[in-house]
Amino acid sequence: MKRLNRDGRYPVRFTLNGMPEEGFAEPRMLLTDFLRQEIGATGTHVACEHGVCGACTIRVGGKAVRACLMLAVQADGAGIETIEGLTEPDGSLGPLQQAFHENFALQCGFCTPGFLMTLSEYLEKNPDPTVEEIKVALSGNLCRCTGYHEIINASLDAAKAQRERRRQQD
Amino acid sequence: MKPAPFDYVRPESIEEAVAALAEHGDEARVLAGGQSLMPMLNMRLVRPEILVDINRIPGLAGIDDEGDCIAIGGAVTQGDLADWPDLAATLPVVADALPHVGHFQTRNRGTVCGSLCHADPSSELPLCLALLDGGIELRSARGVRTVSADEFQQGILTTAKAPDELAVRARLPKARQGERFAFREFHLRHGDFAIVAVAARRAGDAVSLAVGGVADRPEVCHWESLPDDAVDDALNDLAWALGGSDDIHATARHRRQLVRHLGRQAIAATAGNRAAA
Repeated sequence: MKRLNRDGRYPVRFTLNGMPEEGFAEPRMLLTDFLRQEIGATGTHVACEHGVCGACTIRVGGKAVRACLMLAVQADGAGIETIEGLTEPDGSLGPLQQAFHENFALQCGFCTPGFLMTLSEYLEKNPDPTVEEIKVALSGNLCRCTGYHEIINASLDAAKAQRERRRQQD
Repeated sequence: MKPAPFDYVRPESIEEAVAALAEHGDEARVLAGGQSLMPMLNMRLVRPEILVDINRIPGLAGIDDEGDCIAIGGAVTQGDLADWPDLAATLPVVADALPHVGHFQTRNRGTVCGSLCHADPSSELPLCLALLDGGIELRSARGVRTVSADEFQQGILTTAKAPDELAVRARLPKARQGERFAFREFHLRHGDFAIVAVAARRAGDAVSLAVGGVADRPEVCHWESLPDDAVDDALNDLAWALGGSDDIHATARHRRQLVRHLGRQAIAATAGNRAAA
């Protein structure tokens, strides 16, 4: 049985957007803080720290989760994806990012990484969602700037772009 | 905020987990999905000495059809259960309620047994456990016992689980031939806790209705027969008997009205076919 003491700092290793990463964490360190402070991946934003706002949403093992409700030590050995992994290999915007850009779906941008990571899993499960389905899927992400209409439009556009892309790959 | 310091153990078997709980008693907390415990840790509403992380225990990961019951392991997430192909056929009321349990991102980690052990009076899974009269299997170094839904949930965030016990599985009785179910809830925002949630079951003439969000735990009312012209009076009596109170989310009067309104909808839905409900 693995036992970690409160005062110790323990190695945590995982893949981040396909690349191996390693850092050290006390047992109480949240995964959000580990990503930002130990790894330096500051694309994941920290806001409410109790699971309500969705700003820190990342993917662990492919599943969209609140990074503020996980301990860094729990992520040891996991495959993690964050907003940094949504860009294309050449550094240009991925389909989700492009759709948000074109639809003015962000103003201050603080909540945006969480919305994109939520959608990145959701649109894999449901590639052709209705507006109502998008509203339910995004109900766990708060945006205080846009009023959500642009975000919903961007989600529909991103879904369409991803369907087109998949069709071309087939 | 950030959690206060704690030690952390990650048992690899139920026996190891139970031994850790026996050693540390009420200074330990079980960390399952963490969707309720982690916010409380972050806000320092709880400050355990040690966390026992049960997420990597293989013996807690299964969903098993035991014939009369579905047994859901202590580390099974709400998302795993929602994706389980046999859910709608075996536990239709749970299939209807699960999309209302938080958001899909919290269901990706939040566990079924964790929600039952957290015992929020307005949450959906304890309501289903109460309606179906399911049970919780509790393991400790002292032995194994199964506690019925009625014995298990004692009040607001309070259960019969002792500090050294681990909820290893929940057992929910499968829908029987001819039974019809319906679920309804009222919330301010999808994924929020319900102001009032109801779940109904009809078996022949008999009707049961479980109500969450009003009393300090889900309460079940049972009628051997409930003709259509008796429903409104029965629900009015129930609404008053539950003794809801005013809080920041709703008044007691609003809650009584929701019991009458949602109760009628759910009971009516069990009279039709499920697709029409």
